[in-house]
Amino acid sequence: MAQAITDKDGVKRYLITLNVNGDAHTVLVKGNAILTNVLRDQLDLTGTKKGCELGDCGSCTVLLDGKPVDSCLVLAVEADGRQITTIEGVAANGRLDEIQQSMINHAAVQCGYCTPGMVLSAKALLTRNPNPSEQEVREAISGNLCRCTGYVHIVEAVMATAQGRVTPDDH
Amino acid sequence: MYVPDFEYHAPNTVAEACAILAELGDRATVLAGGTDVLHKMKVGKLTPEHLVSLKNLDELREIREEPGRVVIGALASHNQIYNSRLLQRRYLSLPLAAHTMASNQICNLGTVGGNIVNGVPSADLPPILIALDASIRLTSARGERTLPLEDFFYGSAQTRIEPGEILTEISIPDQQTTGSTYMKFGLRRSGALAVAAAAVSVQVSGDTLHGVRIVLASAAPTVLRVTAAERSLIGRRIDDELLTEAGNFAAQASRPRDSIRGSAEYRKNLVGVLTKRALRKAIEEGHA
Repeated sequence: MAQAITDKDGVKRYLITLNVNGDAHTVLVKGNAILTNVLRDQLDLTGTKKGCELGDCGSCTVLLDGKPVDSCLVLAVEADGRQITTIEGVAANGRLDEIQQSMINHAAVQCGYCTPGMVLSAKALLTRNPNPSEQEVREAISGNLCRCTGYVHIVEAVMATAQGRVTPDDH
Repeated sequence: MYVPDFEYHAPNTVAEACAILAELGDRATVLAGGTDVLHKMKVGKLTPEHLVSLKNLDELREIREEPGRVVIGALASHNQIYNSRLLQRRYLSLPLAAHTMASNQICNLGTVGGNIVNGVPSADLPPILIALDASIRLTSARGERTLPLEDFFYGSAQTRIEPGEILTEISIPDQQTTGSTYMKFGLRRSGALAVAAAAVSVQVSGDTLHGVRIVLASAAPTVLRVTAAERSLIGRRIDDELLTEAGNFAAQASRPRDSIRGSAEYRKNLVGVLTKRALRKAIEEGHA
């Protein structure tokens, strides 16, 4: 178990290590700290969005050991020592990931609030299954609510990524 | 959204977890996947003084084959069940039921144990597990006990788990059944609770039904096995009339409530239709 530190008021905090986007971060959190908040407020990774905070909307999606989860339903202490990928860790060396580029190409982003979670759900799907059917894409993003796009462009963007039809944005 | 403060425990063994729970009694809540406990804490329905996390008990995540049975650790996630080659081979209807549960994110966190101990009448895994005659093991500082899953529920969110007990494993015995299936109607495909659902298992030889189990969800305050209907069907020739009769029996036995998801009358109708369709599917497609 993570090292517990009790302050003079008797409040207990835990020293935990979160491996986020390839970097190990040691942070001090209370038992009731939610992973979403620790990522946003303590690690300044505000790409992870807070939506319903009850596991319904998926805007707080991160990958925990490679699998998409709602970070609003994970206590930070429970993620101690585990690998986390947030949207900040998807682009590499200043280049957008193909799925990000594809979403731009397909105008699959409107207000953008669901986009980080949507990208991570899609990314996890394509890692596990490089050649999904449209139905599989729809299932994979079914926990990510989007109130703007109607999903059609998003699904097209993911399908295009799977089929290697993504071209760099020229404009 | 604020989660009230609590004392956090993360024991390293089942015995250690039991010792902590024995000491704390009903001041403690067990935390497994968190999709239900943290949700309840956020909306103020649950304010435990202590949370006892099972996250370090990796042995409870295992799904394994033993002589005469398949054992599923209570911490196996819904997606672990969906993706289990062993379960796909032995009891395909269970992985398929796990797949109807919720969104991918929730299926990666939520556990089969949590789905059972919550005792909600719309839970997706208990009906198919009962149709497959599953039993559960409860472990506490006082020892272990095993009971049929069917006997575990006695009301909405009311189960026979005692303070200090942890649900550690679910056991499915080798089957005589020739087919089983879980069929659910929700208001959308993704993440919706069952408005009504039926799980069935059948034992068919030739055109005769030698055995049948019918278990309903969201059709009563608790998961409901329709034994009277089952008895009346056994030993009879399978035809459309028989399946219709089974559906009618199940509908009559159900005691659904009116809720925002559907009226009692609508649910009764659904139960009849789903039972008939599930039976037909289990008979025709097989797979235990």
